[in-house]
Amino acid sequence: MPKTLAEKILSRVAARDAKAGDLVIAPVSRVMVHDSVIDAVIAGLRDLGKERVWDTTKVAVFVDHAAPAPTPVVADSHRVLREWVRAQGIATFYDAGEGVCHQIMVEEGYCEPGTVIVGSDSHSNSYGAVGAFGAGMGATDVAVALALGRTWLRVPESIKVTFTGRPRRGVTMKDAIMRVVREIGTDGARYACVEFHGAGSLPQGDRITLAGMTTEMGAKAGIVVGTPEAPDWLFPDTGATYANEVTIDLSTLEPQIAIPPRVDQVVDVSAAIGQPVDVVFLGSCTNGRLADMHQAAAVLRGRRVAPEVRLEVVPSSRRQLEDAMADGTLLALSAAGAVIGSSGCGPCLGRTGGVLAGQEICFSTANRNYRGRMGSPDASIFLGSPYVAAVAALTGVIDDPRPYLEASDAEFDALVARRRAERPGRGAASARSGEHSRELALAWVRRGPIAEIDD
Amino acid sequence: MARAWLFGDDLDTDQIVPGRYAPFMVGQDKFHLYAFCDARPGFAKEVQPGDLLVGGENFGCGSSREYAVAALKKLGLGGVVAKSFARIFFRNCVNLGIPAVESADAAALVRDGDEVTLDLAAGVLLTPRGDARLRALPDFAREILNAGGVVAYLRAHGDFPATG
Repeated sequence: MPKTLAEKILSRVAARDAKAGDLVIAPVSRVMVHDSVIDAVIAGLRDLGKERVWDTTKVAVFVDHAAPAPTPVVADSHRVLREWVRAQGIATFYDAGEGVCHQIMVEEGYCEPGTVIVGSDSHSNSYGAVGAFGAGMGATDVAVALALGRTWLRVPESIKVTFTGRPRRGVTMKDAIMRVVREIGTDGARYACVEFHGAGSLPQGDRITLAGMTTEMGAKAGIVVGTPEAPDWLFPDTGATYANEVTIDLSTLEPQIAIPPRVDQVVDVSAAIGQPVDVVFLGSCTNGRLADMHQAAAVLRGRRVAPEVRLEVVPSSRRQLEDAMADGTLLALSAAGAVIGSSGCGPCLGRTGGVLAGQEICFSTANRNYRGRMGSPDASIFLGSPYVAAVAALTGVIDDPRPYLEASDAEFDALVARRRAERPGRGAASARSGEHSRELALAWVRRGPIAEIDD
Repeated sequence: MARAWLFGDDLDTDQIVPGRYAPFMVGQDKFHLYAFCDARPGFAKEVQPGDLLVGGENFGCGSSREYAVAALKKLGLGGVVAKSFARIFFRNCVNLGIPAVESADAAALVRDGDEVTLDLAAGVLLTPRGDARLRALPDFAREILNAGGVVAYLRAHGDFPATG
């Protein structure tokens, strides 16, 4: 019988002919654990009566969810984590500041295509960016996987998502996946695997954005078909059965905005123009990479964010941070007034960095806008692409980024002035120190290494 | 008899325990006191052992945080009945030994504060407005729940239940 990608992978690892609905015991190629749940994982292992993890070479541990430690209680938890890593002899350990677990798992090559990986974070679906079956689980499931090297899975049905065409300038794969979430809903892929067709040749970062956001539809996994990393056998069979099929024409796609407090409450940007914001967050496993910072810099280079708006940029890993340093992007963003945070999950989950006050309105490039997600339960979070984030930081309101990308300097300034004038009075205008960094940034531009922005 | 706490569709785990009150933010001895602190202030003080949560579709979506379920367990919750469950939340409930049972009609029959009885053996939730039928748990999950959770099951049997 023709198989979906999920059926193929789970049949192979479980060494049996598995179809959707079957329960399988699957060996895992790696287990990912992060700081947020380490206490419960260690307790789970102890309760299981297991002193050692099943294979120290197949465990990856990260300090990223609240890093560097914001409080003594968190610091103590991190200390316990480090002692455990050392006692277990786990070699793959990334301490605070190295970056978000998912970004490192993919970019450093810890995700073997065609295998099952269990992660302690719900966005472990991200590993489908390179063809792995990554599934997020709770602490006890992770402890069991660490003890046995195996996990149980119900073989999921699959939903086929096909992308056609090319997005116009100013429209990104973040907009594409938000359009998919809009179509499928927050539970439309519950227990399912989302299989992406027409996305295999996209940059790896775009594929992480796609696979990771399948979590927001309830998916067990999200896997991109036909990636460069995938072995020859890793493709869905012609005639495989899908529970649902969705096709998105990228060439007609508009920038998409998720309205709080639901990730699937998504509108075209035209329906959100003028919405004021107080804080803009650019980062997370969804959109904290060099390409995302390039998109923001394409809007912000040589300009200053609105005086009443705070912009926080958190690169998703040290590699992304250093790449953005090396090509001048971070300098351009800092000169525009951005706060640059150390690599990690940052304020995405409201534990470190710029947490939100009551009544504050945030525009975020991350993946969740639940009530209370980034701090106060009375804050509101809009989600979207780095382009929209940059324009929101610049003008203080949500706007369509495309006119800005096409405008002459004079037209651009007029667009910004108009939106700023329309913005209701909120917050307080901050002086921006650092004319020095502006000069440095301009000097860098004149030297020319970053004139060309790849969007 | 137990009190029913009624919730709607798509209740996410940030509502059950917000990330800022994670055990490693406030301590292992305190995090459960913040259960539903934003979504249902007073819950952690008023909930009694054996009480039930009743919800709609996609109950427990979002973050994988097992401490959302661990908080409910610490508060002595007797079970969760919902139209459907988010997958990680369901696993976490089974693993920690809290019955998580699907019912198509419970959410419509139950009013918040109702006295209800969860009868897993008979497959019904008894409510003041009639019985809500429960969907049978998969054998695999039932065996783990009967053992009191996956840790207890594995300690007793050394391996997962048969997958059939």
